[in-house]
Amino acid sequence: MMAELRYNHAVNRAMADAMAADPTVVLFGEDVAGAGGVYGATRGLRDRFGAERVRDTPISEAAFVGLAVGAALSGLKPIVEISFIDFMTFAMDAMVNQAAKMRTMFGGQVSVPMVLRTQNGGGAGSGPQHSQCLEAWFAHVPGLKVVCPGDPASAYGLLRAAIADPDPVIVIEHKALYAMRVPEPEALPILPIGKAVIVRPGRDLTIVSYGGALRAVAETAATLSAEGIEAEIVDLRSIQPWDEAAVLNSLSHTHRLLIVHEAVEAFGVGAEIAARMADIGFDELDAPILRVGAPFMPSPIAKALERRYMPNTNSILAAVRRLLA
Amino acid sequence: MGKVSQHAALYRMVATIRQVEEALAALLAEGLIPGFIHLSIGQEAVAAGVMSVLTQADTITSTHRGHGHAIAKGMKLEAFFAELLARDSGACRGRGGSMHVADVANGMLGANGIVAAGIPIALGSAFAHKTLKRDAVAVAFFGDGAMAEGLLHECLNLAKLWDLPVLFVCENNGWGEFLPTEHQIVFTLDKLAAAFGVPHRTVDGNDVGAVAKVAGEVVAKVRKSGPMILECLTSRVGGHYEGDPQRGRDPAEQVAAKARDPLEIARARLAEGEADKIDRDVTGAIAAAIAFARVAPEPDWDVAAASVYTSAA
Repeated sequence: MMAELRYNHAVNRAMADAMAADPTVVLFGEDVAGAGGVYGATRGLRDRFGAERVRDTPISEAAFVGLAVGAALSGLKPIVEISFIDFMTFAMDAMVNQAAKMRTMFGGQVSVPMVLRTQNGGGAGSGPQHSQCLEAWFAHVPGLKVVCPGDPASAYGLLRAAIADPDPVIVIEHKALYAMRVPEPEALPILPIGKAVIVRPGRDLTIVSYGGALRAVAETAATLSAEGIEAEIVDLRSIQPWDEAAVLNSLSHTHRLLIVHEAVEAFGVGAEIAARMADIGFDELDAPILRVGAPFMPSPIAKALERRYMPNTNSILAAVRRLLA
Repeated sequence: MGKVSQHAALYRMVATIRQVEEALAALLAEGLIPGFIHLSIGQEAVAAGVMSVLTQADTITSTHRGHGHAIAKGMKLEAFFAELLARDSGACRGRGGSMHVADVANGMLGANGIVAAGIPIALGSAFAHKTLKRDAVAVAFFGDGAMAEGLLHECLNLAKLWDLPVLFVCENNGWGEFLPTEHQIVFTLDKLAAAFGVPHRTVDGNDVGAVAKVAGEVVAKVRKSGPMILECLTSRVGGHYEGDPQRGRDPAEQVAAKARDPLEIARARLAEGEADKIDRDVTGAIAAAIAFARVAPEPDWDVAAASVYTSAA
């Protein structure tokens, strides 16, 4: 059997490699130690690195994320897990008012080298409080970095980069990707935060996407290819900072831009990308910039409704047809 | 340190904080301080007493009323005043100001504009001390207004659960912003402490000698056996912020708040003439620090804008 790399194993391996290399890396969160995480991403780490470094917390998100900030100020490199991004509402102060601002507020006396790992996304009927994609909230806060790995190698490479980064990084995994498998890569490099990658070259239009939405985008591109339309897919990987140059470069040879994300379309990451490209890429555009995201409503639980709610090949194809019309 | 010199050292710190904050009120009136400031006049003995038993390796987190904590933890007066005037020579290069003043090298992990937010940060610092096997404690200062924040309750639970070397110091001045805490809170801190099994001590927070003595005992216990609460009963002489018109404050209550002045209590322990000499020293040091701050350069836009992240992304 060919060796495979699973997304949740890649996340696990990134933490294990970082903890083996640096004794100041610690991990805590709800059910990360005993249970090994809701999606198995932290399984085995307590056995390997000990109960001092891998700890279960009580269900006190505000307290243990704040604790991570203080630990980062005092010599540790904490990785803290929030098992569903929806629970971040309770931990917003620690990330937004404390971690993000300390480097500025304290005049550069300190960095806050912490990682907050969490996961987002729908597709499992988990409903309005367990399916949200809230990356734009954090991308809006100066001082935070945000990455959204969309495949196993990115999950490894971006998490390693996040742990090595001196500033607070929010790593947003996707619940539907944990079981994703790819052939074991020959190498698993640390991937720079802020760099996008072309996952499919094409000449007719650019589709910018990231995280869980990449799957529907790739399927759509295959359908289009059968019709002779070649879409170039840019996986942003990082949301804050995002790779403006890579998007502009792709746009400069396709002249058409579609942005696809699973988050609510209104006021989302796509709005920022569209606004920037309308500014610095205006001369390259042969058509209006389009976006596909979730409609402005909470996530449904019924299967049929959720399928329609999330970006899918139908909604992406419809946008592409408008773009090429 | 002998008894006489200990009393003198404590008096010096109480007097320093008092004179610093009186000077700040004047500088604010002069228009030199941006934003608003929250003075701790009447509460100086808590900062002076607790910090007198800490080492430089011990860490603290503070509150919006944090000038005294910063100075008692060792922040230099020049760096302090330059920061309050938002100058580039300030401790935080003029980017923190009154509510976010920090001196990390001296273990002062920041004043904080968000009520109760410093408490989990102190827990994290204590967790780092413990994990890295440092002989140090962390101290979380908070006011009685923060007793109504769920975060305090979560942190008491977590500190006890993980047996962290953290001391919770409540500066109980009877006020939460503009409302007496009796109109906000239905429990007492000793009862809350008991619920979590965290030992609780109360001390007269206006008597710096008493604070230093009890804090010494409590910090020694925290170093050995985990979290404790020290509740310091004290008085907020002024309003919530400097310039607060204090509408609706009972004049009799305000007189009572001034009655037990920590400065006078500390002064009474010194030999005749000793306090006057210390006062003059302190006044001179503060005047020199303010003179430094007044002519210190303004922060540079490009430097500030490039400092949000540690390295350019």
